Amino acid sequence: MNVVTITGVKKLYKMGSETVAALNGVDLTIDSGEFVALMGPSGSGKSTLMNILGCLDRPSVGSYKLLGQEVSNLGDDDLARIRNKTIGFVFQNFNLLPKLTSLENVALPAVYAGINSKKRLEMAMEALKMVSLDDRAEHLPSELSGGQRQRVAIARAIAMKPAILMADEPTGNLDTKSTGEIMQIFRDLHAKGSTIILVTHEPDIARAADRQILVKDGQITKDLLTAHTDEIIDIV
Amino acid sequence: MLFTELLKMAGLSLVANKMRTLLTMLGIIIGVAAVIAMVSVGMGVKKNVVDSISRLGSNMLVIMSGSSNRGGPRGAAGSVTTLTYADAEAIKDKIKNIDYVSPSVQGSYQVVYGHENWNTTVTGVIPEYVSIQSLEISSGLFFSEHDVDVRNRVAVIGATVASNLFDSVNPVGKKIRIGNAPYTIIGVLKSKGQSAGGQDQDDVVLIPLTTAQERLLGITYVRSINVQVTEADKMNEVQSNIEKLLRQRHRIRTGAEDDFNVRNLTSIMETMSSTTTMITLLLGSIAGISLVVGGIGIMNIMMVSVTERTREIGIRKAIGATYNSIMLQFLIESTMISIIGGLIGIVIGIGAAQAISKFGNFTTVISGLSIAASFGFSLFVGIFFGMLPARKAAKLDPIDALRYE
Repeated sequence: MNVVTITGVKKLYKMGSETVAALNGVDLTIDSGEFVALMGPSGSGKSTLMNILGCLDRPSVGSYKLLGQEVSNLGDDDLARIRNKTIGFVFQNFNLLPKLTSLENVALPAVYAGINSKKRLEMAMEALKMVSLDDRAEHLPSELSGGQRQRVAIARAIAMKPAILMADEPTGNLDTKSTGEIMQIFRDLHAKGSTIILVTHEPDIARAADRQILVKDGQITKDLLTAHTDEIIDIV
Repeated sequence: MLFTELLKMAGLSLVANKMRTLLTMLGIIIGVAAVIAMVSVGMGVKKNVVDSISRLGSNMLVIMSGSSNRGGPRGAAGSVTTLTYADAEAIKDKIKNIDYVSPSVQGSYQVVYGHENWNTTVTGVIPEYVSIQSLEISSGLFFSEHDVDVRNRVAVIGATVASNLFDSVNPVGKKIRIGNAPYTIIGVLKSKGQSAGGQDQDDVVLIPLTTAQERLLGITYVRSINVQVTEADKMNEVQSNIEKLLRQRHRIRTGAEDDFNVRNLTSIMETMSSTTTMITLLLGSIAGISLVVGGIGIMNIMMVSVTERTREIGIRKAIGATYNSIMLQFLIESTMISIIGGLIGIVIGIGAAQAISKFGNFTTVISGLSIAASFGFSLFVGIFFGMLPARKAAKLDPIDALRYE
């Protein structure tokens, strides 16, 4: 079953009198359980595509079906509810709330889903176990290392068991050792059946994914399976 | 469910910035306290005025002789001597809805007992005066209808006069001299204390009206007639009937001016009470301005807070916070500031009002309404001025907010 079906998507911005296309006709389908790396140089439209895929933004033209539901014309609050239940975000700079403990951070999406406190903390604890940080549940982000913080962020992203896990340069701020740990977690999650979209500009990281997609000048220029190629995509 | 979480979040963020929260709250605290204290002062003034008028008697009409208007300069009220005891009796007989009619005359005399003397006001009255002024007798008795009829030289004295002339001796049965004639004291009035105007209400000597007129003052007219009307809503009717009757009795032609005037204490009281209500409202609304300023302080701080927390808002939106849940979170913060500030303000305001009455020697009346109104207003201010920052927060675009450094 296709998790993501995008057809003819354009994102247009008005810059004065000119119209600039950040995305200029993108077609993309992602199957359930796929591990996709989204690559591209800065200014390629890669971030715009990620924002649309993550329901943070809407396409100007074209259709986006998420789990079979058309979402390109939904309002802000509907998109917020979809992000809450269907999409998990992992950011380059972790984006944890500094005054909440690991457990509270991980439980936050469930707060907005209106889940009761007991159930919420159970779900959060379970997610923390999946990233092996259940022993740091009561720590504040400032008491954790960079790698640990990113693991908390991953736990938050998977706490609601979303259909898609979106990671935007998740290893960009990490050292080699932490990078290895984080990529291992992604591979484990993938092995358990999670659909993962990983945005990166590092070819090494991208090779961990099954499928590599290159975005350039607002269009998908390459889309190939890692297993069937030795090609290392040069994003520049 | 979500609401209790939002409450918790708002509370946490207020506690996290204690100093800032307290300073923001200060505006509301001062505003609410000022409203309560100022209104209590205004209400105190009103109470004083109303009390002093109603102590004169409720539903009271006072008839005074008018000013002389025959050629040239006019005399003061009371300078015409047309009002008589007979007028008072005619009013009592012919006009309906009247409880008491009490004419009186007055003069200032030196009162002597043995080698003690005392300067006081001697008032000639009839027995009804006791009921009309709600006087009580502490010892002896008040003079009777008979004393008035036969012009007996009897007197009832106030507590101040009693203590100055007699010290601890019981004055009843003793003889005093007023204007060189002896009067037998038959009663002493119970102390009424000072009037609101600061007059000593116990510094009086009461003698029968006719005795005062004929044996002391040597006059045939009365200075004033107090009329107590049965019901407040009959006041105007009775007043106009009295005016008609007196014009007829004094043979005043149509178109000519009255030679008396009738004052309606209730309407004076209404005027005074509405004036003091205005003063109270004025004081309250001036204090209310500080509450509005406090509200603007809340808005200021919340605006800063929203900008500071742009990234937090972005994160919350990315993981599924809707417009309403972000807006509520910030609205709850500003409302909490105004509620807590309002409660502290109530305590300080009540304290201030009590301090004013204790150390400032000023009557203050703390009204539940002013407490409720100022608290309600502070709540409104918190919500109203919190709305703009909260909407600003809720409207933030998650992509921009996440990118905010």
